[in-house]
Amino acid sequence: MRFSFSEEQEEFRATVRRALEARSPTKEVRRLMATDAGFEREGWQKLNQELGLTALHIPEAYGGGGFGYSELGIVLEEMGRGLLCAPYFSTAALATTAILNAGTEEQKKALLPGLAEGSVTATLAFAEEGGSSDPASIELAASPSGATWRLDGTKSFVLDGHTADLVVVVARRPGSHGEDGLSLFTVDGNASGLVRRKLKTMDETRKLAHLTFKSVEARLLGSEGAGAAAFAKTMQQALICLANEMVGSAERLREDALEYVKMRMQFGRSIASFQTTKNKAADMLVDVELAKSAAYYAAAALDEGDEDIAALASLAKASAAEACVQTAVHAVQMHGGIGFTWDNDTHLWFKRAKSSEILFGDANEHREKMMQAWKI
Amino acid sequence: MSTTEPTEESVRAEVSAWLKAHWNPDYGLVEWREKLCESGWGAPHWPKEWYGRDLPVKFNAIVDEEFAKVGAVGVAKAGIRTLAAATILAHGTDLHKQKFLKRILTGEDTWCQLFSEPGSGSDMAGAVTRADKRGNKWVINGQKVWTTSAHKAHWGLLLARANWDVAKHKGLAYFVLDMKQPGVQVHPLKQMNGHASFNQVFFTDAEVEPEMMICDVGDGWTVATTTLMHERRGADGLRSWATPSDAKGRIYDEERAEIATVMEPYKWYPQRAGRVDLVMQRAKETGKINDPVIRQEIAKLLIMSKSAEWTARRARAAQNQGKPQGPEGSLGKLVASHVARQAARVHTYITGADALLSGEDSPMNGVIAEILVSVPASSIAGGTDEIQRNIISERVLKMPRETSVDTNKPFKDVPRNIVSSS
Repeated sequence: MRFSFSEEQEEFRATVRRALEARSPTKEVRRLMATDAGFEREGWQKLNQELGLTALHIPEAYGGGGFGYSELGIVLEEMGRGLLCAPYFSTAALATTAILNAGTEEQKKALLPGLAEGSVTATLAFAEEGGSSDPASIELAASPSGATWRLDGTKSFVLDGHTADLVVVVARRPGSHGEDGLSLFTVDGNASGLVRRKLKTMDETRKLAHLTFKSVEARLLGSEGAGAAAFAKTMQQALICLANEMVGSAERLREDALEYVKMRMQFGRSIASFQTTKNKAADMLVDVELAKSAAYYAAAALDEGDEDIAALASLAKASAAEACVQTAVHAVQMHGGIGFTWDNDTHLWFKRAKSSEILFGDANEHREKMMQAWKI
Repeated sequence: MSTTEPTEESVRAEVSAWLKAHWNPDYGLVEWREKLCESGWGAPHWPKEWYGRDLPVKFNAIVDEEFAKVGAVGVAKAGIRTLAAATILAHGTDLHKQKFLKRILTGEDTWCQLFSEPGSGSDMAGAVTRADKRGNKWVINGQKVWTTSAHKAHWGLLLARANWDVAKHKGLAYFVLDMKQPGVQVHPLKQMNGHASFNQVFFTDAEVEPEMMICDVGDGWTVATTTLMHERRGADGLRSWATPSDAKGRIYDEERAEIATVMEPYKWYPQRAGRVDLVMQRAKETGKINDPVIRQEIAKLLIMSKSAEWTARRARAAQNQGKPQGPEGSLGKLVASHVARQAARVHTYITGADALLSGEDSPMNGVIAEILVSVPASSIAGGTDEIQRNIISERVLKMPRETSVDTNKPFKDVPRNIVSSS
């Protein structure tokens, strides 16, 4: 197993970081998060093409970069750090991954080049009312209609669902239960019968949408009834992506708080010289580094085809969730009063930490999933 | 004499040829180790003139492998003796080297480290054990504590204050003290887990010959830093947790006896670290594995312990790549005590009412009970969690030190603990 990044990977990280620092200062984050779309297509396409971000883990045969999850993890860690407002997680980590897992050769050839190039944004719609990631909770019905299918029902908590050009939907054969009868479909974002409503989110940098399907035309992705395995694999990959994003956010929170306490004077001395502050800063470093180790390990394990991936994905998510939220709580505290103001940037990452903590299941859920994956 | 650079292959060939010609399990332990000293194969990274071969330390592993292949016994490696050797090699005179190094390697002498005092634990440079020059001798008075194997030791590495009129770190001297003299009294120190792995050492006019001071008055702290650095680094691979061979023969019997003596104080150390390895077995045999709350706690422990292992692997990988040490390399000690504490919590939840019991009335003949009362040592011994956090915040995070009130005045004016001597 690889335990350190190669020089090429470190250089790639530095390039992405520089680009995000230049294109996505917090002023820009604040401007974009206040828009309905949550991003600007033109600017995003330009940045994406310069760095080849959405192409990264798509095989070269489909117009991609042919890299792995370690590289994808690097980009997501940097995005967690820079809080870039763009439909990257939804397009790359969710939809692209789902198509790679479920699609036929023909479908991959048809769908992936547009995603790689960045002209098409996409997402994966799986959760419904209540937001569970459990496949058994999926009710949205898919019925055959000639060569295509018709979808009826609702999806919610869909990442960038109100703007995605292409929606990959997990739906079920009417009358089926549990993991049986699930299939993946692709739907055009502007298909007739599809009503999309942007949800008001606590974390404004992460847009979620509610989708209502009334006899919406859909194309089957892969084979009918075989969606559960592809969906499960996609979720494992997405969890590892999210864990890497979260450790990027956590590191940023930690660094900003550290920089602040070094500047802040009280009682005639730097508050960074108080042991209570130093101890907290040391604990934050421990939390973040342990979570990084888990996130990096899981990404490397994905690239190496490790069979333990279900457990590792849940482990990395649980670890990152706890670390990121704890770091955010400490970061606000270390800033004191100013850390509770809207003008201070800490709340942007605090909210991202909270939304990432819950997205795809919280730490309690994933600790239990990890135990079950280990047959404990 | 060949001047070509040694390689893995050349070292391997040389040591294996030497072992073929010389190794014989019928030797006595000391007799064999004297041959190792003559040849330099006992401590190949030591200087040629002092029982070594001047080989880079990276070749030690290869030499060890060749020894293991033929079942050859090595030099004495466990205990404080290797720290003494490293310190003497770095700072000692030829007299010190002649007198001590060989008997360290043969295992004839055992050593102890006389640094910590009741009044100075984390603040080790605040030592108040006195060294006063009377006539031609140094006379030592005071008390040391947490001294492993002091009751067996022939020699002690002693940090004592020889000048009270200068600042804290400047007035210390470092001595090699003969432990077998009337002025030295050793009493075992019973711990909260019932073991007595350490000692208290009392000095009443104990004497040290002037040539047994290492460096000068005022250099004691620097020399002690060398000892501590080797303690943290495992004395460049020479020091190890000895594991006895199960082979038959006189030399193996002698080695087993030596190891049993040296390792005796450490037998509860696995329990101190929390025994994560026992958690699953215990959770299954008690049925607590089905309790959702305990499952969460077990999962937290497993995540922490796996992540700790991966963090250590990251640090090692970076080191192997020649990268500067990142923050991940400074966290191990603190993380280990987090793991130990969570493991003790989990063992308590799993064990339930049986955790009220001890010894043969308790699960696994007392092992679980021993975990619960040994784990508190993990966040204290070898640098408390608080000191670890200070080190991390100052060295890694570059946060300022707290204003010092004891380092810029004569030590005699520094407020300190009053230690009663009994």
